[in-house]
Amino acid sequence: MKKGLLKYLFSTVARMLVLLVAVTLMSFLLVHNAPMDPVDAFLGEIVVSEEQRAKIAEHWGLDKSPAEQYVIWVKNTLHGDMGESRTYHEPVTKVLGERFRASLLLMGTAWILSGVLGLLLGIVAGVYKDRWPDRIIKTFSLILASTPVFWIGLLVLVVFAVELQWFPLGLAVPIGKVESEVTWMERLHHLVLPALTLSITGVANIILHTRQKLIDVMESEYVLFARARGETLKQLVMRHGLRNIALPAITLQFASISELFGGSVLAERVFSYPGLGSTAVVAGMQADAPLLLGIALFSALFVFAGNLTANILYGIIDPQIREGGGSNG
Amino acid sequence: MEKEILLDVQHLSVGFESYNAKVEKVFFNAISDLNLTVHKGEIVAIVGSSGSGKSLLAHAVMNILPDNARTGGTMFYKGELLTPERMNRLRGHEIAFIPQSVAFLDPLMQVGEQVVGTLGEKARTLQQKAFEHFGLKQSVAKLYPFQLSGGMARRVLLSTSYVAETEMIIADEPTPGLDLKIAIEALKDFRIQADQGKGVILITHDIDLALHVADKIAIFYDGRVVETADTQTFRGDGQGLKHPYSRALFHALPQNGFNLQRCPKCGATCATWNVDEKGMRCGCGNS
Repeated sequence: MKKGLLKYLFSTVARMLVLLVAVTLMSFLLVHNAPMDPVDAFLGEIVVSEEQRAKIAEHWGLDKSPAEQYVIWVKNTLHGDMGESRTYHEPVTKVLGERFRASLLLMGTAWILSGVLGLLLGIVAGVYKDRWPDRIIKTFSLILASTPVFWIGLLVLVVFAVELQWFPLGLAVPIGKVESEVTWMERLHHLVLPALTLSITGVANIILHTRQKLIDVMESEYVLFARARGETLKQLVMRHGLRNIALPAITLQFASISELFGGSVLAERVFSYPGLGSTAVVAGMQADAPLLLGIALFSALFVFAGNLTANILYGIIDPQIREGGGSNG
Repeated sequence: MEKEILLDVQHLSVGFESYNAKVEKVFFNAISDLNLTVHKGEIVAIVGSSGSGKSLLAHAVMNILPDNARTGGTMFYKGELLTPERMNRLRGHEIAFIPQSVAFLDPLMQVGEQVVGTLGEKARTLQQKAFEHFGLKQSVAKLYPFQLSGGMARRVLLSTSYVAETEMIIADEPTPGLDLKIAIEALKDFRIQADQGKGVILITHDIDLALHVADKIAIFYDGRVVETADTQTFRGDGQGLKHPYSRALFHALPQNGFNLQRCPKCGATCATWNVDEKGMRCGCGNS
């Protein structure tokens, strides 16, 4: 057991390192080969001499070969220095920290909302398979699943922010207010629409998967036998249904973190929400290599941690993994 | 004195509706015009080859067939019409079903918990008694189905009917995987329960085993009962059996010399012959 655990830890760390190197290298190559010049992007409309341009490039280390640049970045990152963002003129770690806090609130809310709602609606649809509650939920999910995030975002804005004026148009806090004066209610007020949009996109997936899994469970031989023993529909769902959809639900919920990350880029853009997603877009547009690499590294770690959590939870919850081969005594 | 009839199945038919590759509705008939009577205190063995629809019969009686199944005929339980609604109320309380494999146990629930089921606290003592009765250690209650051997799983399934204390038991292949001693023990158990006035339907492919405990044997072939005979009829030279298929089956038993009748014209063994209500004949056209 001890040995198995060590081996598991070792292979997990090895996989994580390979993943991080691959992700950062890929991002670096992409941003390096992108058809924009970081110095041009930085200067914008400002006109400077060739000498000054060369000086800026030298300051950023752009005169060195790409391989050298990447190695320097890896070395510094290992020492905890992820460089300075060229767009925000602040250390990448500081930008990441600030943006991530805003994103975490948004993604966390959307994650819980889509998880709880998806599971509940999926169970209802599965229990009432082919009857009217299922038809409504299924139609609703299929429409949502095939609708792009940004379009839902725009629709939500038009209805709730422009027409009804219940919620602000964008940003995470009211404009022109000092950070320290912003109340929690104001933050929540700004959070509702982006979180709603983000959770709507994830919820369809979870509903449809939960529904299908519950249908499979309800058609299984063990539910058949439970029925033959006189269990009612409610008992069947509570005793066998929930138990057997719990594991796939956990996997789904943690796997949805990566989709949530992708969705947050679009949702944050639409709502001008200053999170990690919209920062990634800015970093890309400005060819801000240190920031982009930082975001890539961070999001890869985050998604990896999500999947790892699912694996660990699986080992704790599933008796077939927890108790291994077991005894046939 | 004629014993009271517990279950009476009349003209039962079971079929399945499905769609073929051209999305046309097709109907597949699995059981047709089946008649079966079970009296109180009686074990009726239903003997037939694998895939002849024996399990479907049990599922049809328990009303646990899949949605696309269509049934016909009528059933009576204790003299009253057995509607699906009535069956839903009776199952688990008056009629117990013993399924045939470990797949019928919830893979994520401890087996002790499953044996107790929704019967409440009184069933917990019964579960312990049942485990003792079938030679299972009490620690088995804490195991999950995947940790059981085939024989243990079978004994757990037997325990489920033990705790239910029903008036009727329908057992679908309850013995394969058990060693001979426990198999005989389990069958004796059915005998004891029958002698207490319960009715038992024992579904099996093992005619030898059925002969040991059953009062009546129903020979099942291709969705029909071709003959129901008292167990006595299967002793001696088997001449009391009416249907040629039952006689052929009887003569094929090891103790009767593995005799297989052959077609005088083409030489094919009777195992390949066509069987209908009245008799059986070889496909080559000769009787």
